[in-house]
Amino acid sequence: MTEIVSLTINGRPIRVPSGTVVAVALALAGESRFRRSVGGHPRGPLCGMGVCFECSVTIDGRPHCRSCQTLCADGMEVRTDE
Amino acid sequence: MSDTRSRFEVVVVGAGPAGLAAAAAAAECGRRTLVLDATPWLGGQIWRGREAKGGPGSAKRWLARLQAAGAAVARQTTVVASPGPGVLLAESPEGPREIEWEKLILTIGARELFLPFPGWTLPGVVGIGGLQVLVKGGWPLAGKRIVIAGSGPLLFAAAAEYRAAGADVVLIAEQADLARLVRFGLSLPRLAPGKILQAAQYQAALLGVPYRTGCWAVSAQGADRLEGVTLRSARRTWTERCDVLATGFGFLPNLELPRLLGCRTENGAAVVDDRQESSQAGIFIAGEPTGIGGEGRALVEGLIAGFAAAGRPERAGRLWRKRRRALAFSRAMDRAFALRDEVRDLASPETPICRCEDVPRRDLEKYGGWRAAKLHTRCGMGPCQGRICGGAVEKLFGWDAASNRPPVFPVSIGTLREPDPRPSGASD
Repeated sequence: MTEIVSLTINGRPIRVPSGTVVAVALALAGESRFRRSVGGHPRGPLCGMGVCFECSVTIDGRPHCRSCQTLCADGMEVRTDE
Repeated sequence: MSDTRSRFEVVVVGAGPAGLAAAAAAAECGRRTLVLDATPWLGGQIWRGREAKGGPGSAKRWLARLQAAGAAVARQTTVVASPGPGVLLAESPEGPREIEWEKLILTIGARELFLPFPGWTLPGVVGIGGLQVLVKGGWPLAGKRIVIAGSGPLLFAAAAEYRAAGADVVLIAEQADLARLVRFGLSLPRLAPGKILQAAQYQAALLGVPYRTGCWAVSAQGADRLEGVTLRSARRTWTERCDVLATGFGFLPNLELPRLLGCRTENGAAVVDDRQESSQAGIFIAGEPTGIGGEGRALVEGLIAGFAAAGRPERAGRLWRKRRRALAFSRAMDRAFALRDEVRDLASPETPICRCEDVPRRDLEKYGGWRAAKLHTRCGMGPCQGRICGGAVEKLFGWDAASNRPPVFPVSIGTLREPDPRPSGASD
């Protein structure tokens, strides 16, 4: 039996199986732009392995978190595009 | 006694195939062993997701062997520095940790090699291996049109996995020419038990996915995200509409930590002796950092390193023949999938080379080398610390982008600020 965790992405609630990383939750929520580069260009995940930092998002107010390496947790607040 | 400091006879950094094998071997020999990994998972990127599911074959077997051997495990623990001889500083969810070792085994794997081309920064352009990892974790691909363009045997396995996740794989583009691949195929029966290429080609045929050799992506298009990719072969240039472009040109050894610890590297790989010991006594290195060779080579090198570190060279020696075969196989792979000149040089003057700092090619090429370019443009000074653009500039300009400054990974200031005044060995 899979447990479900509830979190919000840009204020919208989403439920995912426990053990899901934040990057996957973002994709399930239909987000493709995870962050903006220093020059303002849209970026999304590249390496999927915690190396490139392109999937960085703000989690519970903490910026620059690698969404591909962070597990979703109940009550987590995720913001993209920051 | 503080639990932020601990001491082990053997410490293994990285819990992929090589690390699991090394830790199991050392622990089976009765050594007090710790294996740590930066992720919440065991099995590395290649076996991601197999831990929970049990999974087929080797992943399950090695995880069981590690558990039976009784090695300690630390997850989400990232080594960031070495504050003194025989000590690692790591960041963990519980805060900073100092780990003392008598023997150290580095099994820190590899990362994908990306070569920049116009449009490679668009969301929707993803690493081939990276997307495999994400798909294993539930990344939605159902109904998506995917082009796979890059190089190596991974392309087939990736196509099969994307298809299984519901994707419409439009095309597999392999940059290497057919003649080279055929020579590689012919050399296989002599070299390897697993006839990867034939098996994979068969698989691609079964999948009904076109496989083109001597074919590569020259640019990606889209406004806010990927909409299409332009491909080129000897005969023509054309555009495919797609939602995802999976790209990658093989793998690069992770060498930041070996270099930080003073281990010698040569031609982009760590130098080791017959026992997998590096140029630094007591530090062993196994798997991808010694040269890209995949799971088979990683497992045998890991075992050798584990036995050697545990002081059982006779058990390590019994595995040398197996390692020789694995090495010959990886050399044949390198030759078969050697990069053609065209794919090294696809970036336009405006194409960002450093994705962290948005540094375009034209700003870089006026400098004679990596160091000058870094100082003037901030190339390689963003959060990835040159892990992505370093490989790109090596292939594009021939620059040596080696780096060995601590911290080897972005770290919270608290971790670096919390000194432990006790002398080494005073804990436990």
